[in-house]
Amino acid sequence: MIGPGRSAAATADAFTLEGIGLERAGRRVLADVTLALPKGGFSTLIGPSGAGKTSLLRLLNRLDDPACGNVRFFGLPIGEFPVRALRRRVGFVFQTPTMLPGTVGENLRVASMLGAEAKTEASGPTHAALALRLAELGADYADRVAADLSGGEKQRVALARALMTDPQVLLLDEPTAALDPEVAEQLMGTLRRLRESTGLTIVMVTHRLSEARLASTYTVMLEAGRVVEAGPSERLFREADQPRTRAFIAAGGAGGQHG
Amino acid sequence: MAEPTVDIGWIHLGLASALILVAVALSEFQRLGLAKRLIVGALRAVVQLTLIGYLLVWLFDTRRWYFVIGVLLVMVVTATFAATGRQPGGGSMQRRLRPICFAAILIGSGLTIAYVTAVVVDVTPWYNPRYLIPLFGMIVGNAMNGAALAAERLRSEMEHTRAQIEALLALGASPQQASAEPARRAIVAAMIPTINSLTVVGVVSLPGMMTGQILAGSAPTLAVRYQLVVVFMMAGATSLTATGIVRWYRRTFFTAAAQLLPREPV
Repeated sequence: MIGPGRSAAATADAFTLEGIGLERAGRRVLADVTLALPKGGFSTLIGPSGAGKTSLLRLLNRLDDPACGNVRFFGLPIGEFPVRALRRRVGFVFQTPTMLPGTVGENLRVASMLGAEAKTEASGPTHAALALRLAELGADYADRVAADLSGGEKQRVALARALMTDPQVLLLDEPTAALDPEVAEQLMGTLRRLRESTGLTIVMVTHRLSEARLASTYTVMLEAGRVVEAGPSERLFREADQPRTRAFIAAGGAGGQHG
Repeated sequence: MAEPTVDIGWIHLGLASALILVAVALSEFQRLGLAKRLIVGALRAVVQLTLIGYLLVWLFDTRRWYFVIGVLLVMVVTATFAATGRQPGGGSMQRRLRPICFAAILIGSGLTIAYVTAVVVDVTPWYNPRYLIPLFGMIVGNAMNGAALAAERLRSEMEHTRAQIEALLALGASPQQASAEPARRAIVAAMIPTINSLTVVGVVSLPGMMTGQILAGSAPTLAVRYQLVVVFMMAGATSLTATGIVRWYRRTFFTAAAQLLPREPV
């Protein structure tokens, strides 16, 4: 009996990747990546800089496509979803937040406006207020000019903007890389509470091992475009199978500093 | 009641060339190093314009529509290469742009000249080279500049706003929506010289065509009306061409799956 068993196993994962390869300008970025990211989990991708963490993350809402291999989203080949609808179900927060012109409220409205043709959804002021609340920004932020905010506030606006599409999955590419440690820690707290209150699946690239250890339920260690190992964070940080993972963790992520 | 235009014979043209010699002498005197370029430039101008003069005489005599259309197409092709040849970004970028540029200039200029000769000036026969060639030359010249400005501005805006474009794509925007701002700025950049010339025409500058018509004996009021037709058609052709460039060129920055292509290696 392959049918039911297999489909049940497939839907337990938000993403399954199989034999992924990717090249950029003749350089191999990802090679033979096979991986499953659990649905409802908080997964982090760790590894030295240049390991291919961001390149891998960008495949998950098709900002890029792999040269070979399959990506499945909730058990279906990712290419079967219309790409724009897919991106509204899989939000992306970039390392450097890009604010669109205008106020925070206008930034949020752009996100719901873009969805108007894709699908009907709540896009009124309630929704923007909810997104701000989930990103733990006061309602008064709606009228502030986005470009004038601090780095940490901008990243929260980017988070709220990504939440405006009602995503099932949120991808975050080193969201705290440009922030002070204290501000970074506050943002991580927000992300943890966000997942607890919404059941959102989160996949985050980080170079701060403490973030992966404290916030995530599942960790993937990448090196030179390959998966070294993957597993529940608690186990991986306590007793990793692979010596390279243990060495990387013992060195506190040395070589993983974003340079 | 136009008085006959004074003829310029070859001897008088030779006398006019003394003015170039003045420029050459001044260059030498001030050690500007321009003498060679001045002389070569002047010789090229003499040869090119003389050949064009004979070509036009021949075209006016033979009056065959397919020769006229052929000359117009040569003008569009030449303008395409001139507009794309100055683009930065290397050969692959220029090859990518060339067919788009050709189509945009052809359509922008073609629609404009068709309207002007059929509706405004009422040229008979429709291919009358005495009207078609000079009018089309002015249109294509402007369309060419508009195309070059639009393409260059679009490329640099797309380059500088990559983060914003990807942020919009990640929110589910179409490539058109994600590149709306670069596209808008590119068309504005292409239109500004034309708008400037609309503003100052007759005040700061007396256009060459109008001056020429007056020298050739036309009534200044008629020359002015012709010139107005010319500036209007230049505005029309430039905006059509720039719009075509922006609409078709920006597609080449994306994949079919709405992904922003990596930067071209320069």
